[in-house]
Amino acid sequence: MNNAQSRCAGCQQDSAKPFVELDHIIDLYRNKEGNLIQILHIAQELYGYLSLELQQHIAEALNKPLSEVSGVVTFYSFSTKPRGEHTIRVCLGTACYVRGGKKIVDALQKSLQVDIGETTADGKFTFEVARCIGACGLAPAMMIDDVVYKQVNINKLDAILSRY
Amino acid sequence: MKHITVNGKPYEVEDDLTIIEAAKKHGIQIPSLCYLAGVHEFGSCRICVVEVEGAKTLVPSCMTKVSEGMVILTNSERVRRARKVLYELLLSDHSKDCLSCKRNQSCELQALGKQLGVEATRFEGTRSECVIDVSTSITRDMSKCILCRRCVTACNDIQGVGIINAQNRGFETVIAPAMELAIGSVNCAFCGQCTVVCPVGALKETDSIQTVWEAINDKNKRVIVQTAPAIRVAIGEEFGNPPGSRVTGKLAAALKRLGFDDVFDTNFAADLTILEEGTELLSRVKSALTGGEAVLPMITSCSPGWIKYVEHAYPDSLGHLSTCKSPHTMLGALAKSYYAGKIKREPKDIFVVSIMPCTAKKSEIVRPEMTNDGHANVDAVLTTRELANMIREMGIDFNNLPDEEFDNPLGMSTGAADIFGITGGVMEAALRTVYELVTGRELPFDGLHVTPIVGFDQVKEAALTITDTLPDYRFLEGVTVRIAVTSGLAGANKLMEQIKKGTSPYHFIEVMGCPGGCIMGGGQPRSDDPDVRNKRLRGLYTEDEMKVMRKSHENPFITQLYAEYLEHPNGHKSHELLHTHYVRRGTFNELTQERFDLGVTLAEKKRDFAAQAINAAARAEQAKARSENESVRVLALEAENARLKTELEDVNETVGFFKSVIADYASRSR
Repeated sequence: MNNAQSRCAGCQQDSAKPFVELDHIIDLYRNKEGNLIQILHIAQELYGYLSLELQQHIAEALNKPLSEVSGVVTFYSFSTKPRGEHTIRVCLGTACYVRGGKKIVDALQKSLQVDIGETTADGKFTFEVARCIGACGLAPAMMIDDVVYKQVNINKLDAILSRY
Repeated sequence: MKHITVNGKPYEVEDDLTIIEAAKKHGIQIPSLCYLAGVHEFGSCRICVVEVEGAKTLVPSCMTKVSEGMVILTNSERVRRARKVLYELLLSDHSKDCLSCKRNQSCELQALGKQLGVEATRFEGTRSECVIDVSTSITRDMSKCILCRRCVTACNDIQGVGIINAQNRGFETVIAPAMELAIGSVNCAFCGQCTVVCPVGALKETDSIQTVWEAINDKNKRVIVQTAPAIRVAIGEEFGNPPGSRVTGKLAAALKRLGFDDVFDTNFAADLTILEEGTELLSRVKSALTGGEAVLPMITSCSPGWIKYVEHAYPDSLGHLSTCKSPHTMLGALAKSYYAGKIKREPKDIFVVSIMPCTAKKSEIVRPEMTNDGHANVDAVLTTRELANMIREMGIDFNNLPDEEFDNPLGMSTGAADIFGITGGVMEAALRTVYELVTGRELPFDGLHVTPIVGFDQVKEAALTITDTLPDYRFLEGVTVRIAVTSGLAGANKLMEQIKKGTSPYHFIEVMGCPGGCIMGGGQPRSDDPDVRNKRLRGLYTEDEMKVMRKSHENPFITQLYAEYLEHPNGHKSHELLHTHYVRRGTFNELTQERFDLGVTLAEKKRDFAAQAINAAARAEQAKARSENESVRVLALEAENARLKTELEDVNETVGFFKSVIADYASRSR
């Protein structure tokens, strides 16, 4: 594509080859059977999410139809939209659920103005729910990135979110 | 040989057959839905399940091979009940507006319900999201899709383009282009093979019938119709005639009764194409042989599906395409210039309708290249199926029509034009004329048929050494001309790869987008006859053989056209009216350098409409909030400070918590 964009010197990238890092991976996996899922995992790791452009790039590199790549991406739980800076996961496992996890979900949905699985408009948070994060003793629990917050209640939410 | 028992009777069947095939050979019918013999044997609908002794569950007969001593029950109570439940489950997520569905009474799901004796729909519940996606050629109505995946097979395995596939999972599954983009925004060639195999009304051609009725009813319009070669051996099937029935006369008669002012024949333009394309080929070969620059092999350009495919897949190889427009746009261009002058009408008052076996031609006519002086060459394209619907709607008793003729001057054609509808036909027609032009002799093949390129092999090739040339064509003396013919995009892909690598040995290649050529086009009647291709092929070859004139250059009206108007092939006027150029398109999307905008080009989701509007409003608000963010930064830094303090407190609290736990443990162990 010729839509070259001017980039700052610090993050200069060959705009004609936007996914160079991934190309090395694709070469490594090229002749392995069932390589698509592996490549998608690595691509998601590298770029955070699998944009349509990224999927097109993978399809072209592997000589597969785009609809097949996208079929696999949407079948499994890959992310196709940009993710927020931080990921909030509210636990809705049994213990957290009975201790009021659902209330936390509702309150967060309201205050962040996002649905489950979506990212806030400012790109700060991606909001998800989890099925048991293994912290039943601390119920209701939620995680932001790798930090677990225990015994959360609605009144604590603003204070927690303000840390990010 | 395997010995099996079906419904209590012993049979001896060949090895390697599936149960459904073995049963069919012995006159036992197993109801099926997604199964398409030799094409789609996938087991996605499970309607064809049978009971096999010793098997724990019912097995799909389309995928299970017979084995020695197999005992099969195809119609036990258990089997019949299972089929009914499966059918009812299919119906539970199907929009049941059958009475006003385009496939009413030609729907395989409907027919199956009758066959299975289903009289109730017990399962009602959540329905899948209804996606209706209208492009210029193909309309997708996913509320009717039963996920049989025949279209996926046609698109991926037969055509090898893979535009549509299953997206999402479970109940959310939908057959769609990548990321559920609209089919008109992606690299679909619009070949329409998916619409031919769809058993229900989920995939169909985008309707043009209404536009055509409006034109016919408009008193100020001169409505001209033309019909492609492949229609005359196929439309009879829509009225109960066997496949391949030649109904040319009745077709012309029906078109006259529908109210068209002039009934022309695209065959005329096919003859014209041969003269234009043949001349182009000769000049390219001459240039190549005499040290000039010329792009060879030259490839035919009659099939708009093929053209769109190559524009997407091989945008660097467009120079190989003949610059000739497809025959029906040539005829349209002439109708609005040459013929308009004859009848003294303005081009704007002329409306050209093409009856085509093709869905791709519906989007071809809206290409900006297919216009002259601001007037579209062709105004509407009807598929064979659509024309049959109009004939029915008009109450015309097709089978009892008298045989009538096409109108002149754009209605007469030679046998060479008839075979344009079959794979290998354009090549054969071109050779008949070019060989005679160069040597002054008839093509040295029995019955003028170039036997190596007749038939349905994916890639066919031939070589012809030219000797004793006429003085003007001395440069061809002793030259062996190599040709190749393919139909279907998978075959085209093979030949294009050769060209890309520079290993293509050919001078001239014929490509038709649909496997088998136009007789098997995406707009042709759906047929359950496994031998339909051969029958339609036979029909067109017979049509050719019945004619006195079988070489395009013999057509007197073509000679007249050049004398009165065009002057000579590839002349100035020809280039203006009959030739075109091609567009480099993106590998995956409609135009190069234009990235998808997911928000705009997603297929329309009806039920989501309100939600989308709300979302858009919310998004606008959020964008506003974002612009205010800058001033908030200072505050944010202060908040950061406070945050760090509370974090420290938190850490202290946790440390305290752990300390107490340790103390607790220590005291307990004591």
